[in-house]
Amino acid sequence: MAVGPGAVAVTQYFNEMYQGGKVRPPYARLEDWMKAMPAELRTLKQAEAEDLFRRIGITFAVYGEGGDPDRLIPFDMFPRVFTGAEWARLEKGIKQRARALNAFLVDVYQRGEIVRAGRVPSRLVYQNEAYEKAVAGIRPPKGVYSHIVGIDIVRTGPDEFFVLEDNCRTPSGVSYMLENREIMMRMFPDLFRENRIEPVEKYPEILRRTLASVAPEKCSGEPVVVLLTPGHFNSAYYEHSFLADLMGIELVEGQDLFVEGEFVWMRTTEGPKKVDVIYRRIDDAFIDPLCFRPDSMLGVPGLMDVYRSGGVTICSAPGAGVADDKAVYTFVPEMIRFYLGEEPILQNVPTWQCGKADDLRYVLDNLSELVVKEVHGSGGYGMLVGPKSTKDEVAAFRGKILADPGNYIAQPTLSLSTTPTFVAEGVAPRHVDLRPYCLVGERIELVPGALTRVALKEGSLVVNSSQGGGVKDTWVLAE
Amino acid sequence: MLLSVDHVTRYRYGLPVRAVMQSHRLTPSVFDGQKVRDWTVTVSGGIPGGSFRDGAGDRVQGWTVKGPVSEVEVRVTGTVETVDLAGVLRGHREVVPPEVYLVDTLPTRADAALISLSKSAEGADGPLSAAHLLAGAVADAIAYRPGATHAHTTAAEALALGEGVCQDHAHAMVAVARVAGLPARYVSGYLFADADGMAHEAAHAWAEVFVAGLGWVGFDPANRCCPDDRYIRLGSGLDAQDAAPIRGIARGVGSESLDVTVAVQSLQQ
Repeated sequence: MAVGPGAVAVTQYFNEMYQGGKVRPPYARLEDWMKAMPAELRTLKQAEAEDLFRRIGITFAVYGEGGDPDRLIPFDMFPRVFTGAEWARLEKGIKQRARALNAFLVDVYQRGEIVRAGRVPSRLVYQNEAYEKAVAGIRPPKGVYSHIVGIDIVRTGPDEFFVLEDNCRTPSGVSYMLENREIMMRMFPDLFRENRIEPVEKYPEILRRTLASVAPEKCSGEPVVVLLTPGHFNSAYYEHSFLADLMGIELVEGQDLFVEGEFVWMRTTEGPKKVDVIYRRIDDAFIDPLCFRPDSMLGVPGLMDVYRSGGVTICSAPGAGVADDKAVYTFVPEMIRFYLGEEPILQNVPTWQCGKADDLRYVLDNLSELVVKEVHGSGGYGMLVGPKSTKDEVAAFRGKILADPGNYIAQPTLSLSTTPTFVAEGVAPRHVDLRPYCLVGERIELVPGALTRVALKEGSLVVNSSQGGGVKDTWVLAE
Repeated sequence: MLLSVDHVTRYRYGLPVRAVMQSHRLTPSVFDGQKVRDWTVTVSGGIPGGSFRDGAGDRVQGWTVKGPVSEVEVRVTGTVETVDLAGVLRGHREVVPPEVYLVDTLPTRADAALISLSKSAEGADGPLSAAHLLAGAVADAIAYRPGATHAHTTAAEALALGEGVCQDHAHAMVAVARVAGLPARYVSGYLFADADGMAHEAAHAWAEVFVAGLGWVGFDPANRCCPDDRYIRLGSGLDAQDAAPIRGIARGVGSESLDVTVAVQSLQQ
């Protein structure tokens, strides 16, 4: 294995493949596979994978970075593996969290019992910019606000998993979970004969069923489901069209839909067709100029009135963002106890709120040890990884925090686990995280798989694709 | 009082438009201070959408008009029995917690001058007295003058100008109350302009401030009073746009002009 200058530090991380110089059982066959692969074949396969991705058209445009908007997200061929037992526990924890987040959303838009009980500060909920007054008192079908909950998880030990953040609005990336598997199966069919790997390809079917299960009361018969995209300029447009295609539903833009009377309609060559469920990949602020931003050209004028009077279901429901705010995140374990009467299966990362004076003091005193994030930030932008930053970077960030403390939270720098990854010199450990996609409708379901993101730069702890991260196929072995 | 309303809004389009979509907050609020005798909203060529009561207690109704159409008329007629509750919004059901109305928006954002104006409430004996002081300060700082401001003027701009209409007074009141830590919101409705010689706007706007123990209380700095039985309340929001009785959009390319007439009269009881 190639080891660089970071090797000393790396030894303190949990290596998912090797422990005490021995290979962990789920990786046993992969070790043989890796050893049997000559360097030339590996180069060839890597080129083949890239070619396949490019032919499929899966690219990832990165906001604000310039360069090639159609560049490929790097794919690492070395799979990440979970045993069935490991996954069973993760699955319980993920579903528990998704249930609690939805219960919280129903609650804060109704009576707000958790706030009244003093378990979550009211300011955090009701003065949150993601709280939508427009949907207060509205109970969406089946009591579900967040139909696709993407939960970012990191591992620090054999049994230690932490939730980094929740994504209750429109988490992206599931197309990579599906594509990574597809490409691995095409390139290495033998691997899939030798290992008993749980399938993930049912995801689009389950997503479609989930969306159909939350059709509004006014819908009779088979619900018509569409995917609403902001258009091809959006960085996740590929995923929108990919998912619509796999689900066999229409991919529409705002201009393809219109409101008339009590319903939303889709323009088709055979005339208007009533739409019952909209899987939207457009932010709340843009979905209806009559309710939110009046200058939005992406949305459907009048949509919110139809939604609020029960003529259509919007997934995720407007207002869902109040549950995945990084400051609200701190209280998810409290939500699990409050609504479900259970203890959290997955732990939160200890989090300091810079808006609190004591926390702020601690954060400023320990800035070079901590990871600091914007409360509403995403994509790895605008964050500080203390131990990986220069003195100047830390000093500059200190100024940003002081200018608006309430906008920042801080967490300890976690020892993210590593998995073997193909690098120029061979195979080396690289840090990874995990994003499973939990589907919530009439039922709550999780396919045995997820998106694994890998920080390709040696020693890097930032896995976001916008920051030089790549992706891997993620296996769950059948017991 | 028994008040009658006849409110006509006429939209004219330079070129026929393909469709018009509107969201109305044009039904009198349900609370102890007013009772609807009869109330009708018509939209020429309009197809009514679903109707519902939102979390702030307002009746919202969507409308669509199929094109091509060059003119759309929205007509509101009705009679409402009102009683004077000294501005208190008693018996109004709503789900949205008052704290939500501490969040500012672009037109209600406080600048240094508004923050300084909010100091008028310092030393007040409780929130109710603070709100009265603030309403008086806003009335003193912004003189009523139609035409001085426009639909998008912010509270800060109106204060700098020292002139404005009821929308500006309400925005300024909301802004200073929030600075003082009092939840405040913009209210739209109608006002019966009596024969006292004052220039009033029959399509009116004022502010409500949340006073713990009392609930929401109306303040009308434009008229230096609290809403009484001359007022008909329609709905509320964080600012004028959020509380607009009509929000609409037309699918078309031509120009749009708007013509509004409002008559509010007192009927013999």
